[in-house]
Amino acid sequence: MEFLSFGKYTWYVWSSVGLSFAVLIANVFMARRLLKSRIKTVRRRLAAEEV
Amino acid sequence: MWEFIHKLGSPPHFWRLSGTMVPWFGWIALVLILVGTVGGLWIAPPDYQQLDAFRIIYFHVPSAWLSQFGYVLMALAAAVGLVWRIKLAHAIAAACAPIGASFTVVALATGSIWGKPMWGTWWVWDARLTSTLVLLFLYFGYMALRAAIDDENRADRASGLLAIIGVINIPIIKYSVEWWNTLHQPATISKLGKPSIEPAMLVPLLIMWLGFTLFFFAVLLIRARAELIIRERNKKWLRDVIGSD
Repeated sequence: MEFLSFGKYTWYVWSSVGLSFAVLIANVFMARRLLKSRIKTVRRRLAAEEV
Repeated sequence: MWEFIHKLGSPPHFWRLSGTMVPWFGWIALVLILVGTVGGLWIAPPDYQQLDAFRIIYFHVPSAWLSQFGYVLMALAAAVGLVWRIKLAHAIAAACAPIGASFTVVALATGSIWGKPMWGTWWVWDARLTSTLVLLFLYFGYMALRAAIDDENRADRASGLLAIIGVINIPIIKYSVEWWNTLHQPATISKLGKPSIEPAMLVPLLIMWLGFTLFFFAVLLIRARAELIIRERNKKWLRDVIGSD
């Protein structure tokens, strides 16, 4: 586990890495969720028009 | 060339093209970011002064680049949308804002985390830091303005103007380290002709830069598709595409 240590800067390095990856993942998740919800809304409208 | 640009501005063509490009951009970005992370955290040698704390730059620099690049792209797209009344351009501008804002947060936060052990403080009202904070507020202002206006066309015009006016902040961020006495160091990577960074440290940084940039475009295309749905919801092509998927 020594490779995970960056001396006295371990906390600083890993918190930066963690925050960056969290934001990257959140970006993908939120963008996909937005697209899916808008597609769903259009489909619902199309279905309602057909009725 | 003009034919290509004209074709790209067509929403149905953009919808098809973006659907093909998102996985390519996304997977290549993922590989590059993983390779860059390994290179930056474990292969690059420690800095002679900052030791391992310098490794934060592998996340800070690409984020700072995207925070500014995202804003310039947003302003350019808004200008194209306002001048030529291209809906797709407004969709791209609107899609840039949340991504750019998120990378501005990462740039500010990782800079602050690096600043604590290096400068002895989390924050100083330094010209570079302050102008980057203003950039974050510009992104928030752009998104708040869009959210406040119900009519999509009016929201596009008003927020587009704000994006264009706010672009003045980008050269201020860029040259803040030269115009004022700041704690923040001047440019290191853009001085490729006169390198001030060791190649073993530079290569992972360039890989991360490319990975983050491709990632930005992958997310941008997904968000632009979502924005396009609002603007084209009554068009037959969109109903056909979404209805048949």
